[in-house]
Amino acid sequence: MHPGIIFFLVILGSILFHIFTPWYWTDVASNWGGMDDTITLTFWIGGGVFVAVCLFMVYCVFKFSYKEDRKADYQPEDKKLEKILTWATTIGVVALLAPGLVIWNNYVNVPKNAIEVDVMAWQWGWQYRLPGEDGKLGTTQVVNVTDDNPFGINLDDPYGKDDVMIQSDILNLENNKPVKILLRSVDVLHNWYVPQFRAKMDAVPGIVTYYWFEPNKTGEFEVLCVEYCGVGHYAMRGGVIVQDKQDYSKWLNEQETFSDLIAKQQKINTDKTKLAKK
Amino acid sequence: MSEDFNNNKTIQAQSSETLTGGGGGGLTPDMDYVRPAEVTDQDLYHGHSFITKWVFCQDAKVIGVQYFLLATFTGVVGLILSWLMRLQLGFPGAAGFMTAEHYYQFVTMHGMIMVVYFLTALFLGGFGNYLIPLMVGARDMVFPYLNMVSFWSFFVAVAVLMASFFVPGGPTGAGWTLYPPQTILEGTPGSEYGILLMCLSLILFVAGFTMGGLNYLITVLQARTRGMTLMRMPLTVWGIFTATVLAMLAFPALLVGALMMSLDKVLGTSFFMPTILKAGEVLEYGGGSPILFQHLFWFFGHPEVYIVALPAFGIISDLISVHARKNIFGYRMMVWAIVGIGALSFFVWAHHMYVSGMNPWFGFFFATTTLIIAVPTAMKVYNWILTLWKGNIRMNTVMLWCLGFIVTFVNGGITGIFLGNVSVDVPLSDTYFVVAHFHMVMGIAPLMVIMGAIYHWFPLVAGRFLDEKLGKWHFWTTFLGAYSIYFPMHYLGFIGVPRRYFEMYDSPYMTSAVGMNEFISLAAFLVGAAQFILIYNIIKTLKTGKPAGKNPWKANSLEWLTPTVPPEHGNWGDRLPVVHRWPYDFSVPGAKEDYITQTTPPSEVVNTGVEKT
Repeated sequence: MHPGIIFFLVILGSILFHIFTPWYWTDVASNWGGMDDTITLTFWIGGGVFVAVCLFMVYCVFKFSYKEDRKADYQPEDKKLEKILTWATTIGVVALLAPGLVIWNNYVNVPKNAIEVDVMAWQWGWQYRLPGEDGKLGTTQVVNVTDDNPFGINLDDPYGKDDVMIQSDILNLENNKPVKILLRSVDVLHNWYVPQFRAKMDAVPGIVTYYWFEPNKTGEFEVLCVEYCGVGHYAMRGGVIVQDKQDYSKWLNEQETFSDLIAKQQKINTDKTKLAKK
Repeated sequence: MSEDFNNNKTIQAQSSETLTGGGGGGLTPDMDYVRPAEVTDQDLYHGHSFITKWVFCQDAKVIGVQYFLLATFTGVVGLILSWLMRLQLGFPGAAGFMTAEHYYQFVTMHGMIMVVYFLTALFLGGFGNYLIPLMVGARDMVFPYLNMVSFWSFFVAVAVLMASFFVPGGPTGAGWTLYPPQTILEGTPGSEYGILLMCLSLILFVAGFTMGGLNYLITVLQARTRGMTLMRMPLTVWGIFTATVLAMLAFPALLVGALMMSLDKVLGTSFFMPTILKAGEVLEYGGGSPILFQHLFWFFGHPEVYIVALPAFGIISDLISVHARKNIFGYRMMVWAIVGIGALSFFVWAHHMYVSGMNPWFGFFFATTTLIIAVPTAMKVYNWILTLWKGNIRMNTVMLWCLGFIVTFVNGGITGIFLGNVSVDVPLSDTYFVVAHFHMVMGIAPLMVIMGAIYHWFPLVAGRFLDEKLGKWHFWTTFLGAYSIYFPMHYLGFIGVPRRYFEMYDSPYMTSAVGMNEFISLAAFLVGAAQFILIYNIIKTLKTGKPAGKNPWKANSLEWLTPTVPPEHGNWGDRLPVVHRWPYDFSVPGAKEDYITQTTPPSEVVNTGVEKT
């Protein structure tokens, strides 16, 4: 069999695989559908180039196979052709880059009305904190973290007192409300990623990083850590539940604030002292 | 050093004033004039004992083979590690001993071995040493002793790396990118001794590589033979030369990264270590930046991709040209593309860090520079296929590897455009799409080149042809197998399956990945096993292979034109070759044969339509 046939079948197989693949995107559940669109566009342009180049190669292999009595063409350069190809490629590249940069511009500019969520990562788990009624998160420091102060909130920061602390590795979000995820880590690199939301960013110890998205489908989603963080990396999962406004408000009212936690701890402490006195 | 040799040097210096003769009747005598040599011929050390000839050898060709063999050994270790990983991914729990610790150690060592100790060492240390002096018409590298030390530093680096398998805690399992802080903290395998040996091994590798690299650069710049202008060099030399320049500038970043990390580990400095809370206790670090390490690592790491790719680009250009019996299309464009890609490769490193937490505004800059690189790279691809156009293509094993390279490289290059385009990278980064992309473009594609190069130059090194039938089996199993590993793997990334996961569990969208993972693993076992066909082929050929004779492929470049095959120490016997043209004069109209070697003077091919080069 002529090797060109096999190469041709490989190209054909690639196209068919792409058309009929059962392995593809999960349905997008956030505002970042534009990322999917750019990928589709890249598939058309890039895939087109791939198929064209490979088919041209296959054609050459058939047409110009070695014959004793034939001589190859001798033309070291073709300035015009090279120029055309350079410009065509440049145009293709610009066509891909432009939408990519537009979306990136959206990605780094967070809407003003986004709700801030403190996502704190550690080996190997997640915990979440929401701003209280003042709408602001209290400042934090790693050295403050104790059992009584799981987020390391600065005690002298008035914004911190009413912060809502979620006692679970599942975070609830309100549908169609933009969220700004503020990422922190107390130990190593992590990354808080929900495939359906498309967005991600590393959590880096020592600094606070961020990204934003707007969930647009209610439901339960799995959170994956996607920056390698040691042997427990693959098991570092969490969850997100996207709810309608009503359900979300109900859930939010059931959560504990930092002041609640301090009061509870004080009560336990006084009970303990009373018990000891008796 | 023999006396004859010294005498010849003087003869050559005299005769190089003007070259007369060689021309036919009626021709001007200086038609074949080539500028005289500016430096005297090189004195070489000739080893006599077994040790000086084959162990601590100063002949670049032997050093090249030594590099080749040791790199291949590390490559086989890397291959076995990949089998173990695929066993776990395709059939979780099938290997009873496989813990998460082991898995991550195998991932890390596989990555580092394949990129640095296999591909880099093989292309630059192996092909570079063997081919540079031969292709530019030098007797040897300019610093043969330093060259020997370079190889033995590499040897010690490999020994230290392999020793880490046997220290308490085993080798580091930090991922080949070695991102701190986890690299040197508990919770990552090998954070005690493994990581220190890794850093030490890398430092030794860089030191040894610098010795070799200086040799390659100065040999190309200073030791070219008469008439071998830069624009007459084979693209193989251009590729290796430019890659070496990159390596000289990029490896220092890795070196300081490894040093600073060792200091953080041993002396408790905090270059990369911020305040850290571990198991309820605050560690004695503070103020360092984990992202600083990533910048240092990728400032090395991205040029590293081209340190592997540029020699591959160069070699494949020569193989395609020789076996398509046609000049490489757009030679000057190819040279400038190599140089341009090399220069640009220093301005794109942070495209590995779009979601690292660095200032997100960098994304605009690095996405733009990254996509600009696509233009010269695409030009190279066009020129390869345009070289095939109207060629006279020999469908031998070498050509098959070339075609396999074009398919896998274009495929991997296109997926690079996905990942380089910053916002498209966001959903795909850290998923199997990335794994599939870089294996296709800098794993499989360079491997195709290495294999093509082995089948092409084996007749020169050993004087015998490798078996074509076995070669074709080797090619088709490797190409079809590797393609069916990495092409579908991209789609796992679309689903969102993260890389570096020891187990997937039963996440709803990952269940469909199970079947594909099994298939990929089976294909990986097959492709790995197929490489032993080559080893068998080499052993068989050395014993009973068909003798190749001189210049069996009818190539033009100097390495095929040595007085003896395989070439001896000193390469050229009594007199250095004199070069009159570029190495791509194939199928020149009016010429008797379909090739004109670089040493053929113009007076011998007067009535041909050859271009002035």
